[in-house]
Amino acid sequence: MKQTLVALVDDKPGILNRISSMFRRRNFNIESLVVGSSETPGISRMTIIANEPDSIKRGNIYFNLLNLVNVISVEDITSLPCINREYILIKIHAGSGKWSAIGEVTKNNGARIVDMGKGSVIIEAAGEEKSITELIENLSQFKIEEIMRTGKIAMRIGESQDSDNIVSESQEDAAQWADKKINSYFNT
Amino acid sequence: MGNSTSKKVLTGAEIIWECLLQEKVSVIFGYPGGAILPAYDALTKYKDQIHHVLTRHEQGATHMADGYARASGKVGVAIATSGPGATNMITGLATAMMDSSPIVCITGQVSRSVIGSDAFQEIDISGIAMPVTKHSYLIMDIRELASTIREAFYIAKTGRPGPVLIDIPKDVQNESIEFVYPKSKIDLPGYYLPKAPLENQIKSAVELINNAIKPIIFAGHGVLLSGASSEIIELAEKSGVPIATTLLGIGSVPDSHPLVLGMMGMHGQSWVNRAIQEADLIIACGMRFDDRVTGNLKTYSPHSKKIHIDIDLSEFNKNVHVDLPVHCDVRIFLKTLNPHIRGNNHRSWLKSISIWQQDSQQRDILKTGSTTLMGAQVIRKIWEGTKGEAIVVTDVGQHQMLEAQYYNHEKPRTLITSGGLGTMGFSLPAGIGASFYGSDKEVWIIVGDGSIQMTIMELATAVQEQVNINIAIINNGYLGMVRQWQQIFYNARYAETPISSPDYVKVAEAYGLSGQRVTHIDEILPAMKQAQLIDGPSLIEFVVEQHDMVYPMVPSGADLHNMIHRPYDNNSVILKEVKEEAVK
Repeated sequence: MKQTLVALVDDKPGILNRISSMFRRRNFNIESLVVGSSETPGISRMTIIANEPDSIKRGNIYFNLLNLVNVISVEDITSLPCINREYILIKIHAGSGKWSAIGEVTKNNGARIVDMGKGSVIIEAAGEEKSITELIENLSQFKIEEIMRTGKIAMRIGESQDSDNIVSESQEDAAQWADKKINSYFNT
Repeated sequence: MGNSTSKKVLTGAEIIWECLLQEKVSVIFGYPGGAILPAYDALTKYKDQIHHVLTRHEQGATHMADGYARASGKVGVAIATSGPGATNMITGLATAMMDSSPIVCITGQVSRSVIGSDAFQEIDISGIAMPVTKHSYLIMDIRELASTIREAFYIAKTGRPGPVLIDIPKDVQNESIEFVYPKSKIDLPGYYLPKAPLENQIKSAVELINNAIKPIIFAGHGVLLSGASSEIIELAEKSGVPIATTLLGIGSVPDSHPLVLGMMGMHGQSWVNRAIQEADLIIACGMRFDDRVTGNLKTYSPHSKKIHIDIDLSEFNKNVHVDLPVHCDVRIFLKTLNPHIRGNNHRSWLKSISIWQQDSQQRDILKTGSTTLMGAQVIRKIWEGTKGEAIVVTDVGQHQMLEAQYYNHEKPRTLITSGGLGTMGFSLPAGIGASFYGSDKEVWIIVGDGSIQMTIMELATAVQEQVNINIAIINNGYLGMVRQWQQIFYNARYAETPISSPDYVKVAEAYGLSGQRVTHIDEILPAMKQAQLIDGPSLIEFVVEQHDMVYPMVPSGADLHNMIHRPYDNNSVILKEVKEEAVK
């Protein structure tokens, strides 16, 4: 299973570089990384999907990420109930003769045609990884010209990852918090 | 105007020095150049309060700051210009990063308007430095200058210390603003430091320690950095558990203490490694299970439970699986732990270790009858001639391992060496830096003939500053440690390891310092005495046996207990004693 990390980071120049540099340097496998502004000005929220099956390695990733000065907090929501989404744009090379067939597949997969132009059709879809993969599979009977995926974003269901809460929690009971975290990776 | 007297409007360049004064910096190592010129110009106003040491290369400046930091426990500061000045600092930053040494490096940058245009001497140093620093900054707004410098010092010295780089564009140095040094709490929400261990962690540790039969304590660099020397000795004495040190842990505990076994790892003492392999409990304090310490991870200390105390969360289970990771400052942990430890003496465990110890001692190089001077003999004599009280700064290679084996350190911060990165050329500049700490301890730089030639230009710095350092060049005409590997693993094909040297005595004279050459063991102490009398730098070249090797040795990646030993000398008295002991 892939590791899903949601991080709150300072919105400062070079932050993406810092994070990707750490992953590369430590030889951790990163699958996707999405960053955008959060509800707090000056703080961005990131979804990072890492591909490390080993729990100890996952712990190493978690703590190395947390160690970066500009990373405020990190939540590992891999095994928590959460909403996972990815957005995709697909361009298909097709003349008007194929439009209805493409429209059929698109509709059946819950996707949408957003452009029908000269010789090509653009389809958009948002959903879980599985449905996106299915959509691509079903469209592969046509001539796919371009695929553009955003990478996964994720949000935990219920309890919020509130930046202030996380910060005060980790500062005040650092030992308690760290011990819990360490055990979650290393003593399972 | 009368009302504004309390307001202090300063240029960015002046603010740099004001901030350094606020951080109690009294010495700084650097090299001027175009993009840092405003700062150097402003330095003329501060030169009574801050002493600037002009190095001969920016790498030297970073090592000097590092050496100063390691000797003093304070933050070392280096300064250089943009472009090549800045890139020359990378090796020094990486060295400090690997060995958790607190330094702050300030670099000039081209003006903001031309950043990104490949301007003359422009380089993205804050980007390049990212993987080799704890943190790096590029200051694009003068309003952030003072608070950033303060933050940089805080990050460098707190938690697990490390290097921080601050890149300051030339036009930011030239701008003016009212100077206020912030006093408020530093706002770094993503940066937290552990305060105290948990009750259940202490309970588990106590249980493990009290029930162990063959326990061993590891003292790493973290013991030095947290100032836990007396606490770790207290734990050892109370529990009767012996201590092994890492290379950077040397000096954190007195070598003469009966419970201190010596160094572990690749060139550690064989009895220490054997104790580690047979142990049933490891109490690892402020160390990181480096590959030079563990050897083959699959066979590393297979029977032991492991307690690991470290201030850096990312160190747990990085290399070795530990049973009880405790995220804490070592000193605070030991202070909390010690009152709960049951008195013990581990007699039979210590007895076994001492038998292994006798077995190894007889292979000691000091006991050879050879007439050629041996590197180990030089180190031992330096130990004798300095009464074991010097600050020794080593370079990297055979002499470094010999120092670790043959110079007994009693006090913290008396061995300064590049352990993690293994940076050749480190010792001369680091030793110059250490000498600025201003302690009454003499500084001895022990360096190989390969290493000295990497940063030999800093001799000029030593002379210009008239620093009181003694340089001992151990010259065996080879890149000795590499040659040793070629001999063992590459069938003695010595590819590019024979290395010529200049006449070091003449070099010393040319640079303007005293130089001597020693080729016999009886000349060592008199030469040292002469060097010690000189108030200023002096150099001694020791011409030693070319083909000697450092024993014992764990080949890279081999099992820790499978050490290559120095061949036996069958006439040894100690060997007979060991055999008799074995018969009993």
